[in-house]
Amino acid sequence: MIPELHFPWLEFSILVPLIGAIACAILPNQQAAQRVAIVVSSLTLLFAVGEWYDFSTMNTFQAHDHWDLIQRIFRHDYFVIDELSAPLLPLSALLYLMTIVSTLRTKLGRFSFGMTLISESIVLATLSCHSPWMIITLLSLACVPPWIELRRRGASTRIFSLHMGLFIALLVLGWSLIDDSAGHQSAELLPAALLTIAVLLRAGVVPVHCWMTDLFEHASFGTALLFVAPMTGAYAVMHLVLPFGPEWAMRSIAVLSLTTAVYAAGMATVQKEARRFFCYLFLSHASLVLSGLEIVSTIGLTGALCVWISVCISLGGFGLTLRSVEARIGRISLDRYHGMYEHTPTLAGLFLLTGLASIGFPGTLGFVGMELLIEGAVGVFPFVGLAVLMAATLNGIAIMRAYFRIFTGRRFQTTAILRSRPSERFAVLVLTFLVLGGGLWPQPGVASRHHAALHLLERRMNPQLVVEPDDTLPEQHTESQEEKPDA
Amino acid sequence: MLVQFAGIMVVISPAALLAVLGLATLFRIPLSERSVARYAQASSSIGLIASLCILAYMLAMNIRHVPLELGDWVHLENETTEADKDRANAQQAATREISETEIAEDANTQHFHFSLKFVFDRLSVPFAIMSFVLCGVIGAFAFRYLHLEEGYYRFFLYYSIFQLGMIISSLAGTIETLFMGWELVGLSSALLVAFFHDRPAPVQNGLRVWSVYRVADAAFLIAALTLHHLSGSGDFEALMGKGDWPGGHATITENQALLVGSLLLFAAAGKSALVPFSGWLPRAMEGPTPSSAVFYGALSVHLGAFLLLRVSPVLELSPILCGMVVALGLITMIFAAMAARVQADVKSALSYASLIQVSIIVIEIGLGLRYIPLIHIIGHACVRTLQLVRAPSLLKDYSNLENALGDHLPDSRSVGRRWWSPTMRARFYRFAWERGYLDSVLDDFVVRPFVNIFKWSDRMERRWTTFLSGTSGTRGTADRETGET
Repeated sequence: MIPELHFPWLEFSILVPLIGAIACAILPNQQAAQRVAIVVSSLTLLFAVGEWYDFSTMNTFQAHDHWDLIQRIFRHDYFVIDELSAPLLPLSALLYLMTIVSTLRTKLGRFSFGMTLISESIVLATLSCHSPWMIITLLSLACVPPWIELRRRGASTRIFSLHMGLFIALLVLGWSLIDDSAGHQSAELLPAALLTIAVLLRAGVVPVHCWMTDLFEHASFGTALLFVAPMTGAYAVMHLVLPFGPEWAMRSIAVLSLTTAVYAAGMATVQKEARRFFCYLFLSHASLVLSGLEIVSTIGLTGALCVWISVCISLGGFGLTLRSVEARIGRISLDRYHGMYEHTPTLAGLFLLTGLASIGFPGTLGFVGMELLIEGAVGVFPFVGLAVLMAATLNGIAIMRAYFRIFTGRRFQTTAILRSRPSERFAVLVLTFLVLGGGLWPQPGVASRHHAALHLLERRMNPQLVVEPDDTLPEQHTESQEEKPDA
Repeated sequence: MLVQFAGIMVVISPAALLAVLGLATLFRIPLSERSVARYAQASSSIGLIASLCILAYMLAMNIRHVPLELGDWVHLENETTEADKDRANAQQAATREISETEIAEDANTQHFHFSLKFVFDRLSVPFAIMSFVLCGVIGAFAFRYLHLEEGYYRFFLYYSIFQLGMIISSLAGTIETLFMGWELVGLSSALLVAFFHDRPAPVQNGLRVWSVYRVADAAFLIAALTLHHLSGSGDFEALMGKGDWPGGHATITENQALLVGSLLLFAAAGKSALVPFSGWLPRAMEGPTPSSAVFYGALSVHLGAFLLLRVSPVLELSPILCGMVVALGLITMIFAAMAARVQADVKSALSYASLIQVSIIVIEIGLGLRYIPLIHIIGHACVRTLQLVRAPSLLKDYSNLENALGDHLPDSRSVGRRWWSPTMRARFYRFAWERGYLDSVLDDFVVRPFVNIFKWSDRMERRWTTFLSGTSGTRGTADRETGET
């Protein structure tokens, strides 16, 4: 029996943005829509934080909503959180709030708040979900808002459609085969291969990462950022591949993601456009997390989970800073100096701080996580540790290069006032607090991730120990479900 | 108890300065130049007084080693999961047959603790005192030198990061803590080199300094993790033996010492601008004079030598390693001596003069000396700070002197003129003028191939994306022109 939270936090945090999206759609202008979106995403964040706090006081690995309405209607407990996903929900909600808050008035016409709230609801539902088919459905639905935006902007959707279409097809086919194979070892090769390729596609692993650069180049920065930053691809790996995936599948993901981490870090150092630079930077970090998730040691896995959190916050903040600068001077070329420091010293500071946090600079959120990840990797495979270190070194150089190109090198002459707005300063304060607070007082966060890592490893080694959501409903137990390899 | 309090004050005082200046920046609280200078002076003074108290206590009580343990910053419980046991079992069984006890021990190593430990000993206390004295002097100097300078506040913010980094590095009791300080020093140095950031040249030099530091830091981190694995702890006591510095005896084997020592030597070479990384030192002089004086002339440039002194028990285990240290010092010394003679500006000449002394210090360490290099560091740092701080006014004095004489000052003749033919002298001159071609070699054989590979990959990716999208690839350009986000 899965313990219950004290309030339907999950359902509220998923439902509220959906209602907000409807309200945004019927509002006459974008300014009003932004105000509604801010209120709605703040409420969502409140529910997500409530869920996290409630869960952390329960001392359990899994929990589901109180008065679970979905369970009553569908006779299936779709939304269950565990130690892995509990902090990811408020984190994602925070990213959405920060993005909405920091959208400048000049760019209101280009950013759809309704679509953003719909995508927030989908992301939160995905991160609250354990049911494989539901995860597949939600991951598929999450591709719709960026696709619509690409269409609206008149950009080619072929690359995005091709990759995401293939991703969805492989996921559906792979999981259907798993359902059919009913745990026969000989039949697991094909579905495991299909699922592995699918999650590699979604995670943007080289050589199937072009959709990500394309999305960053042609969609709005906010939409692209919010599509990749919550790292739902890694979440899919954790729930669709790792619990039953054969050794070779996990090795393939680890090797390819590690190669991607180094390759993307190298690519980030030579980029001439800020968006592509950010895309590769994010890809490198996300791949580091993905490779760390395959490390079968508590230290390495704890490090990967810590880096997951730190990358979400730090690169989320980094991306928002870049977006704010872009809103002032247009697309940023890294081929020349822009000298924005004098006009936007606050943004320059946040850019540097979040960038350094992402590479695990001492005193910031990412430091301990990166140390744990490298130590865990060195303990299992020394060359993995070296590759992680190489990626971190290249990323560090790329970040400083971008900082110097955007904020220094000349005096930017303009008669317009480009200073940061109160909403941006609010975002800066919140992110700085998280980056430095988590860095200077890392123990609670690291201990929580360590606990999650212990349970995940237990579950990986002994899948029969897991209490699946279906177990809450005795009548749902059928013969076919008991024979499922992930049951 | 009093010693513990003094120890905490040594660490807290630079941290408090950074906190005050950082929070003022964050909350946009305007601080006057005088207030900033006062905070900086208070921080250096309190830290210095506390350090002197500890030194007095150590001398009075004849104690060589005072540890200050602030507890575990991060501590993960030693919980052993089934997964760990399985992993340990699989790994061990693949290589050799072992007993159940050994498996359990391996599984139990899945713990992690990052302790904040500082050590006051014969190496750290003089280094910390020197850092506080020189930082204090430069803080007072910068108050006037940078008066009404646009980046006055920014300078002191970076200065506070640097001072904190130096103190953490000097007093670190664990290799991870030393790494923290090491990184802070690196960041502040790179930002200070790029201090005059409305011109491209300082910024380019700042990026080069940062790049060298990042590569060297990667070597340091690998060495730290390797040491951690070999000794089971990052604590210097466990790494270097129980004896007080410099009397510790490391417990690792000669080959292990060679591996770890080589990595640490690489890291030290990056930080102390030894060959082949010497190119960054004259570039670092793009920064304001106070930072050039205290950081690249006095403190930062000695941090590599300090690291070698701190891990001296590891060096002692391997004669090959000691030979490498001496050889690197010797090569750097010859190179720096040549380069120093042809520099056209006073700060670059002084930076190479610094490098000569640093390489001699490295040679001394490689030869097994311990106290002499330490004394050499302190003496050299103080003299070089004075020279660099005096350099701008000295040039003015020379100019006045020449005006009074009505002629140039007499040129000192080089002894090389008697020994070398004009052709050889020209070749040496060219070699020295080009700074040993070190930057060119690194650029041509390391950076350029790397950049070319990734630029080629970028072009290929763009072609592939264009092919897949079925467009001419002009959309990005259109967006850029409209500033669309």
